[in-house]
Amino acid sequence: MTVIETKDLTIRFGDFTAVDHVSMSIERGEVFGLLGPNGSGKTTIIKALCGLVKISAGSGNLLGLDVRQRAAEIRQRIGYMSQRFGLYEDLTVRENIEFYSGVYGLSPERHARRFADVVALTTITPYLDRRAGQLSGGWKQRLALACAIIHSPEVVFLDEPTAGIDPVARRALWDLVFLLSGQGVTFLVTTHYMDEAERCGRVGYLYNSRLVALGTVDELKRLPAANPPGTARFEITCPNVMEVLAAVRLLPYVHEATIFGQSIHALADISATAALAAAVNVTPRLIEPSLEDVFVTLTNQIRNTV
Amino acid sequence: MNPFSGMIPMMKKEFLHLRRDQGTVIFALLIPVVQLIIFGFALNMNVRQIPTVVYDQAPSQRSRELIERFRAADTFAIRGHVSSDDELYREIRQGHAQVALKIPADYADRILEGRGATVQLLVDGSDSTVSSAALNVFSSLILLENQRLSNSGKPIVEARPAVLFNPATRSPNFFVPGLVAVLVQIMVILLVALSVVRERERGTLDQLTVTPVQPLGVMVGKMIPYVALGFAEICWVLLIMRVVFAVPINGSLATLLLIAVPFLVASSGIGLLISTKAQSQAEAFQLSFGTMLPSIFLSGYIFPINNMPTQFQYVSKIIPTTYYIEVTRGVILRGASLSELWVNGAVLTLMAVVTVALAARQFQRQLS
Repeated sequence: MTVIETKDLTIRFGDFTAVDHVSMSIERGEVFGLLGPNGSGKTTIIKALCGLVKISAGSGNLLGLDVRQRAAEIRQRIGYMSQRFGLYEDLTVRENIEFYSGVYGLSPERHARRFADVVALTTITPYLDRRAGQLSGGWKQRLALACAIIHSPEVVFLDEPTAGIDPVARRALWDLVFLLSGQGVTFLVTTHYMDEAERCGRVGYLYNSRLVALGTVDELKRLPAANPPGTARFEITCPNVMEVLAAVRLLPYVHEATIFGQSIHALADISATAALAAAVNVTPRLIEPSLEDVFVTLTNQIRNTV
Repeated sequence: MNPFSGMIPMMKKEFLHLRRDQGTVIFALLIPVVQLIIFGFALNMNVRQIPTVVYDQAPSQRSRELIERFRAADTFAIRGHVSSDDELYREIRQGHAQVALKIPADYADRILEGRGATVQLLVDGSDSTVSSAALNVFSSLILLENQRLSNSGKPIVEARPAVLFNPATRSPNFFVPGLVAVLVQIMVILLVALSVVRERERGTLDQLTVTPVQPLGVMVGKMIPYVALGFAEICWVLLIMRVVFAVPINGSLATLLLIAVPFLVASSGIGLLISTKAQSQAEAFQLSFGTMLPSIFLSGYIFPINNMPTQFQYVSKIIPTTYYIEVTRGVILRGASLSELWVNGAVLTLMAVVTVALAARQFQRQLS
């Protein structure tokens, strides 16, 4: 069952096109990642799907409802969590959850049941009477998730949910996301973290308001545009990466080179493997492109054609 | 969709904020005490154009000459004639006139016969500045009239002033009832504006926009706790006024508190409007204080509105405080009843509806 569907979704603010003919379709229970630089249109797409910004052209459907006409109904069935969390810091954990439960109009019985559910799910019980402002980032995030799902939404939007959160807490949040998606909740997640993108079932990459790639992580890595014929990716591990990088970038048969920790990832002509080895004085290792490699390659191709 | 969706949870939450933020509550109750002490002392000012009515019991050449003298004096502005004591008192109680000149039926005859005539000036004492100016000018006008009419040098016209409603012309009686309105308006505007802008700054307002709550629900729900706090503040200031300053409440307390409700809602409405413009708490502070000066200086709290140039009188007409000051002074000092003050209540109700509706519309527009 298709839960989120956009067809040539276009949003303009005056002369600026924030979202340009974006078409995608997300199935029930999917965890879909939306990636792209700041200002590429990720948040605008989410806002459009919540009925908060006017759609200039194309269409958006959520749970089979047209977002232009049924926004009020849709809001009752979606959850939203942003990097700012939307918590009231002077209220306790319990009061925050109760507030959102009231906002969604839960009956007392349903509230009691859902309150127990979300508290158990997020294991936040020990902190129920603590002020939200006194929680650590990771716990704030769990509380924000508890508030966002108190009304059992069928779709949850996570807008950069893990910005500024430590890795352990990030992992814990993702465990919760997968638990819920297993129960049929659909997630649309925006993120800047590649490791998070790799966890998503499918990923869409936005650049300059356009959806330039869409597919599973494996599909994206095998994308012809990211792997031009006659080229291959090499990992060059050496002690003085900065100097080598500068040199490698000047080589005519190297199309791209970026630093990955202690090594360099380079996209170069296969025919030049030996020349490259000679140039850098070590044997380059042939590697699969990482998701980041794919996005860097796609971005460069677009930049060069403009 | 219920346009007030989300109002109840919003209201409960806002009460929780207030309970957590006891500084605000203490601030709201302590400031009036300080202000009362400061403003409990009189400020004397020149007064012009006091609205005056004339009760000439038997129009004659002589009485017309006297009225002409009043007309010529800048202190008085003759607004009309009345034809009975009842009408005279009603004009003053309703606040249409602050001074009434009463010329007895035998005025002309007595002057003609050289028997000595009496002229009465009834002054509304609820405004101490106005009443003392009226009394001074009245005595000097009568003195001049005497010089003109008497050939013997013996005074022939006797001035009989009577101060109504605030016989001692005590300035706390004048300032304190006005202070109630001024303080509460400022506090309510500021607190409501800050509470919305705080949510904007922290991003919780964005979160609310993706929930089914409606703008009107958010606004009204937010407003109720501050209206309640404003109401408590009014009761508190009235209590201090009664106990510490010994100002009696001549009219009905119920009228005073009833009209307080639309006044408080209208003030919250202004706070909400400010919150739709202000992007930060600092900006909300500035805009709220921007409303403070007009509500102190143009509402008739210190300076009589009749003294102001016409354009400023228009400004004073759009300030809720102006109307509520009318009500507090009317009820507390003149013992005016609801039937005499309902217009003020009606204007405030209209202001309340308009400001809240405008704020909700503005809020809706910002979302899309």
